Amino acid sequence: MTTAPNQNRLTIAILALGGQGGGVLADWIQEVARAEGWMAQGTSVPGVAQRTGSTVYYVELAKPDGSGRLPVMAQMPMPGDVDVVVASELMETGRALLRGFSTAHRTTLVGSTHRIYAIGEKQAMGDGRGNGEKIIEAAHQRSKRFVGFDMEAATERSGSVISAIMFGALAGSGALPFPTETFRKAIEHSGIAVKSNLNGFQEGFDQAQAPVAMPVEDVHEVPVPTTVRGRELAARITAALPVPAHVNALHGVARLMDYQDGDYAALYLDRLETVAALDAAPFEMTAETARHLALWMGYEDTIRVADLKTRGSRIARVRGEVKAQDDQILSITEFMHPRLQEVCETLPAGIGRKILGSNRMTDLLGRFFTQGRHVETTGLRWFLALRALAKMRGMRPRSLRYVEEQERIEGWLELVRSQAPLDLGVALELVKCQRLIKGYGDTFERGLANYERIVAEHRRSPRGAGEIRRLRDLALADDKSVAFVEALAG
Amino acid sequence: MAERSFKKEVTKLTAGEGETFTGEGILAVTKALLQSGVAYVGGYQGSPISHLMDVFADANDLLESLGVHFEASASEATAAAMLAASVNYPLRGAVAWKSVVGTNVASDALSNVASGGVTGGALIIVGEDYGEGSSIMQERTHAFAMKSQMWLIDPRPNLPSIVDSVEQAFRLSEASNTPVMLQLRVRSCHMTGSFVAKDNVRPPLTVGEAAAHPVRDTDRIVLPPANFLHEVEKIEKRWPAGIAYVRDNKLNEWFGPEETGEGIGLIVQGGLYNNLNRAMELIGLADAYGESKLPIYCMNVAYPVIPEEVAEFCRNKKAVLILEEGQPEFIEHELNTLVRRAGLDTRIVGKDTMPRSGEYTAEVIRKGLAKFLADHAPALAPELEAANPLPAPVAKEIPQRPAGFCTGCPERPIFTAMKLVERELGPTHVSADIGCHLFSILPPFNIGNTTMGYGLGAAGASAFKPKEGEGSKRSIAIMGDGGFWHNGLTSGIGNAVFNKDDGVTIIIDNGYSAATGGQDILSSRADNKNRVTRNLITKAVRGVGAKWVRETTRTYDVPKMRDMLREALTTPEKGPKVIVAQSECMLNLQRRDKKVKAAALKAGERVVRERFGVDADTCTGDHSCIRLSGCPSLTIKPNPDPLRQDPVAHVENSCVGCGLCGEVSHAAVLCPSFYRAHIVANPGKLERFKAKISGAIIARWQASAERERVARAF
Repeated sequence: MTTAPNQNRLTIAILALGGQGGGVLADWIQEVARAEGWMAQGTSVPGVAQRTGSTVYYVELAKPDGSGRLPVMAQMPMPGDVDVVVASELMETGRALLRGFSTAHRTTLVGSTHRIYAIGEKQAMGDGRGNGEKIIEAAHQRSKRFVGFDMEAATERSGSVISAIMFGALAGSGALPFPTETFRKAIEHSGIAVKSNLNGFQEGFDQAQAPVAMPVEDVHEVPVPTTVRGRELAARITAALPVPAHVNALHGVARLMDYQDGDYAALYLDRLETVAALDAAPFEMTAETARHLALWMGYEDTIRVADLKTRGSRIARVRGEVKAQDDQILSITEFMHPRLQEVCETLPAGIGRKILGSNRMTDLLGRFFTQGRHVETTGLRWFLALRALAKMRGMRPRSLRYVEEQERIEGWLELVRSQAPLDLGVALELVKCQRLIKGYGDTFERGLANYERIVAEHRRSPRGAGEIRRLRDLALADDKSVAFVEALAG
Repeated sequence: MAERSFKKEVTKLTAGEGETFTGEGILAVTKALLQSGVAYVGGYQGSPISHLMDVFADANDLLESLGVHFEASASEATAAAMLAASVNYPLRGAVAWKSVVGTNVASDALSNVASGGVTGGALIIVGEDYGEGSSIMQERTHAFAMKSQMWLIDPRPNLPSIVDSVEQAFRLSEASNTPVMLQLRVRSCHMTGSFVAKDNVRPPLTVGEAAAHPVRDTDRIVLPPANFLHEVEKIEKRWPAGIAYVRDNKLNEWFGPEETGEGIGLIVQGGLYNNLNRAMELIGLADAYGESKLPIYCMNVAYPVIPEEVAEFCRNKKAVLILEEGQPEFIEHELNTLVRRAGLDTRIVGKDTMPRSGEYTAEVIRKGLAKFLADHAPALAPELEAANPLPAPVAKEIPQRPAGFCTGCPERPIFTAMKLVERELGPTHVSADIGCHLFSILPPFNIGNTTMGYGLGAAGASAFKPKEGEGSKRSIAIMGDGGFWHNGLTSGIGNAVFNKDDGVTIIIDNGYSAATGGQDILSSRADNKNRVTRNLITKAVRGVGAKWVRETTRTYDVPKMRDMLREALTTPEKGPKVIVAQSECMLNLQRRDKKVKAAALKAGERVVRERFGVDADTCTGDHSCIRLSGCPSLTIKPNPDPLRQDPVAHVENSCVGCGLCGEVSHAAVLCPSFYRAHIVANPGKLERFKAKISGAIIARWQASAERERVARAF
């Protein structure tokens, strides 16, 4: 419902998460209003926000009519009766819409476009993230003016806090009839972190003048070959594969050359081409096989992990991520838990099988691999040990894990190829089932088992594409596979 | 050390006559108490009253200088019993707690103090948290006021009205020898505003002076025959006196014209007045200053109801709408009775038009009022626009944000360990308690079957006796240190010892009453100049006879926690098993630590910082780690890998390096993606030299590996 605004009153709702300073922002706004001769009242429900929940702070400003009477102020925002909404995160912007605080033709909506994921989104076994684009679209429709930008990035840039950014954006939006100088004075009066807060204020103020902007996303550049072998394989992709599969195939080849060598990447293309031969426009099956085959062939073994953990680029990346300054000493400790299983998988297939097949041997050796290890990769001892392990790359094709994985891959491709002539949709869904196989240890075993169950079930009694997709989604629904097992039984 | 400091704000409490006081509701109430000459103050923390307790604590010096005694009571029952000081002596006293739950705890003492009555003004400030932020949202303090015959004030939500109510409450209490409850709604506690102050008043009689000259009056004690007298006295003396005071001093208010052509009127609880006015303003029946076009009777005193005032208001009216939040609709029932008794024909409209449950927001009132007008004064009825909710496909993208443990919370690893034990031994019945640890009920832990009240975790498991022999399963009870001292020692541990219980109780000792804002309690490790701390929980537990008692002083050690828990669940030893899991509340620790580190950094001293991280290139996006943690710092981000689609785990800069992530990846055999970064600022000379040497060697190796990789690269 929309109500006509009261010219002498401004209502402001602030939606923020715990620790984002929504209360500080509410106080600043009130101070600005009082300094300009307005009356101000703020309310909130404390206690909930500080433990990761979201809270609404509400501020009401009233211009005295000169009679000395006190206006009757409300204690919470009323849907349809809010002039300004400030939200500290994209889904909180969405929540303001959900609660009806922002209305077309009336509300100035100042909202961040960055995400702080909720636990429900984070704990999903696959991708549980909400769709932000729908929120942005609704924000435009349901506000008089939408000021949206990545406030977290703005906070980083200005070395400030998000409440200062929001305060600046509010001032910059021009929704309140107060001079910018008064806003700045409110920060100065508080006497806390004045300099950085003023920086943040300015950043927010400037961003409010710009068009709505989403957080900058990483773009994946398509790999360009740098070696003879690389160019050769790239040419093969162009010649032999349909265009929709090119990007994934280029990434796949680049990855597998890094993972093993050119021959392994060539094997990848050999396999991929057998699938492409059975595909038709729009060639989604080939494109997805290019993705999932590369991921499967580049399975994570101890050799790969040791290599990735000891690269020079990785230490530099960590330095940036943890914000260690140049004159500070950084040491990095890994939490590794290689079990006898993983060790044997790295050994040549014959030896590995023998050990794992013997109870006496697993008992004897297993004792050395029950503890997790703190591996300091910035220390010489562990660094050299891991480098030595990474060097075993050359021996990889003889390892037990390699043999097992290639068997599984071949089995999968065989199934896909046998289904493709019958139903491309089914084949595509089977390709995508590779997504279930990921992780290490128990996680890997659970994923693999779920994958094998779907395949076995399909072999026993063929399922349609929709059914396979549903089973795959259910396998990702919970980590005890409760819903999945029920669906298979039913 | 409480989470929020009011040290700066409490300086305002010295404001004198005529000064304008601007601040929050809780400060205004404190100021009103001082203006009323209160002699003693007590209470128990709990939203929305926690901060009032923090204000009292931070104002301790001022209170002492005025001769006011302040106590942080052990429980609401303790606080209520403290009102005994006003029974025989003309001492004004105030106690505060969260209602309705706190009033439940206090009700034994409240019955007694209400039975005998008081000489000095006795005020109970209840933080009524009906609705949002409430724990038991459907119950009302109103019921306690009625059954114990105490008066309930529900003032209009603006600071001058609230301050005035506090002062009137003491006078009303003294005039009617009855304790008075002041209902402070949740939003009013932190509502900012202004009022004109008066001078603070020293209590005419202090608690010390009273104790020096004891007075005894057996008629005030709940023992026969006096208790029979109390009943009669309540009805024949105190009730009429209360009604007379409220009526004569016009504690209730009237707005708008006395009558309208339509013959309608509105009766509203004081606390809802502002919402009503906003609703009326938006349909053109009032202005922003409360100039109403309809007659309004505003009940700032919710109990007792004043029969003459009701009869007067309802006379010549066809229909009156009563806006009464919560149910049962006590006021509506009473209005109906009073209207009948007065021989009037007025129709009382209430819950048949207004919703039976939920908060009466301005929006809800607007809708209800529109319906009332349509039925009884169609000429005034507004046309309400149809609602325009966010379409479901968009709405479903907005995730819930359930409360959870803070970054680095020491309680989190306890539940991680519980999940790991659950994988081995299967699920057990878990009796949860009230406190931060209750967040275990929510994702990602999903641990806990019931919660029966504060400190009642162990008591809530007392009926579950494991069967003998094969397949026997012990239940697990959780209790926080706050709940333990509130009553858990006796209701839980003592009870379990006495009844030969065989269950497991985990007492989570984070050093504070953390959920309510970090107030000190008996076992706090902090030094508090006004309180005695450092009383060990293990000592208390052993003191009541528990034999199997284990303690860990680092909850982040997940394997140890897990092993201890497994032992407790499987040991052949009979009797209650008590685990005291200690680690300081991270919020409080950080608040202290940050300052110290910042100062050391500034001074150029060696400072170590630790935090965790995830290597995106080895993370495969299964998020097992998140399901075993739920730390706000451990989140997800888009996968930087062009081929992978599921988001990867990611540690944000807010990480405090508590160590749980590493422990979890070890204990649960997760992926090797986690790393711990140890960052030394202002390192020593030797340290720098060593790092330089090993760094140089490592760099050479890396360079050679890099050359090799480039050679075989794409």
